[in-house]
Amino acid sequence: MFDEKIVEMILVGIKDTLYMTLVSTAFGYVLGLPLGIILNVTRKDGLKPNRVIYGIGDFICNIVRSVPFLILLILLIPFTRLVVGQSYGSTATIVPLVICAAPYIARVVEASLNEVDAGVIEAARAMGASNLQIILKVMLVEARVSLLNGVTITTGILLGYSAMSGTVGGGGLGDIAVRYGYYRWQTGIMIVTVLLLILIFQIIQHLGSGFARHIDHRKR
Amino acid sequence: MSEIEIKELTKRFQLKEHTVTALDHINLSIEKGDIFGIIGMSGAGKSTLVRSINYLEQPTEGQVLIDGVDLAGLSEKELRKKRSEIGMIFQGFNLLEQKNVIDNICFPLEIAGHKKKAAREKARELLKTVNLEEKEKAYPSQLSGGQKQRVAIARALATNPKILLCDEATSALDPQTTESILQLLKDINEKYGITIVIITHQMSVVTRICKKVAIIENGVLVEKGAVDEVFEDPKSEAARELIFEKKNDYLPVNDLKADKNIRIVFSDNSSYEPLVANLILNFGKPVNILKADTKNVGGKARGEMILGLPEGEDLQSRMIDWIEERGLSVTEVKEDVR
Repeated sequence: MFDEKIVEMILVGIKDTLYMTLVSTAFGYVLGLPLGIILNVTRKDGLKPNRVIYGIGDFICNIVRSVPFLILLILLIPFTRLVVGQSYGSTATIVPLVICAAPYIARVVEASLNEVDAGVIEAARAMGASNLQIILKVMLVEARVSLLNGVTITTGILLGYSAMSGTVGGGGLGDIAVRYGYYRWQTGIMIVTVLLLILIFQIIQHLGSGFARHIDHRKR
Repeated sequence: MSEIEIKELTKRFQLKEHTVTALDHINLSIEKGDIFGIIGMSGAGKSTLVRSINYLEQPTEGQVLIDGVDLAGLSEKELRKKRSEIGMIFQGFNLLEQKNVIDNICFPLEIAGHKKKAAREKARELLKTVNLEEKEKAYPSQLSGGQKQRVAIARALATNPKILLCDEATSALDPQTTESILQLLKDINEKYGITIVIITHQMSVVTRICKKVAIIENGVLVEKGAVDEVFEDPKSEAARELIFEKKNDYLPVNDLKADKNIRIVFSDNSSYEPLVANLILNFGKPVNILKADTKNVGGKARGEMILGLPEGEDLQSRMIDWIEERGLSVTEVKEDVR
């Protein structure tokens, strides 16, 4: 059953899965991190409360997050085509993955920054720090462990979502599992791909929390 | 010109239904090089007052002048510059948990845009001042409370401020550590000539290092002056409460009502004569000790005692004269003895 062709296909699947997961996490943070910072800063007890800006960000996050990923994937096809030129393949899957992840990331970031001790922020203000300095040098630095844990969780979730890319011919391990395991009844291949997904998830989780522990100086 | 000048400072907080007046027309001048204590019960408005000095709290009315400059007239940028010239330490230390000791001390310099190398040199010098040279690379979580406050003090001094604000800086520390931190503040005051403002609810802190004191109660400044003067003869009820901790009131007042009650205040020139015993021996009449309390104020014994005198106006006035001859001040207590 596992001839050279299938092994190669699975290897390509691993590559595609990692590609989709990591690139969409990265771009997800490009959008989600600033949005999360804005949400935290403009909230009622934030550094610079602003009802209107918070309201808009809050609304967008809630709307996007309430659409199931599979639906988002289909809804965004015209947009995806506009951005990457085609609506199928791994790269095309990244677009809806990013759109799906960004508001989630924003919420995770907002919550992480909220954990920063208000006293430390006050101390920085007393030193004459500007709001931008407080965000960059105090909040993001003090919350880095929580932020990194957020990255790990997000990556895990996107790994799972990337498996749905089969719907749009996206490739990756999830796609293989569905096509061979479900449509062709080749249970062996499905089990292998699922085991590989579990392994990748474990590696991401392990690396993520290990690194988070490494950079945490709060307790020894 | 005073280093810090607070004029008619009022701060109101607008809550849902009503307005709370946290500070009510406070007037205060703090001179250069002073160690100035601001004391009050919790909720009296002390923290709001100290935060008004560096405009972390903007006053609703009134002015705060630092070296004659009204903070209200400054732009956001100028205000930040001014804040960097005023150091501040806190009850909770507020160190950056993810930075080590030396980076914490360098932090205000980093914010002000100083070169890293110069900042490190300055930080090392300050570590020497606060006696923590060997902890340069340690993280706050590895330090004790007293050590954390020392780091916070070094951090507050990094920008060579002219003023140091201490917000309940020793309230989270045990008595020995409090003592060492207060000694450090005193040394810093002498070494750098820095003006120190201390907010506290602990009378012992004021008596230990402050030269001047202001007492606030419910947002109102009820008494201010030199520490020994205020202690010798507290005019306000709040001051008396803080000094003699009247709160531990256990006397069944009415049962102890004598014909005439007098308050004796012990001061510098009180002799070591056993006063009450000699009074009784001298007059052959019993006096009733209704209350007695002493405090150590700046190394000197200060205290008050309330005596119930026996009947007979003539006898009473002779007794008072006798006490006054011994250099003690006597006042009649009309209200309930507490």
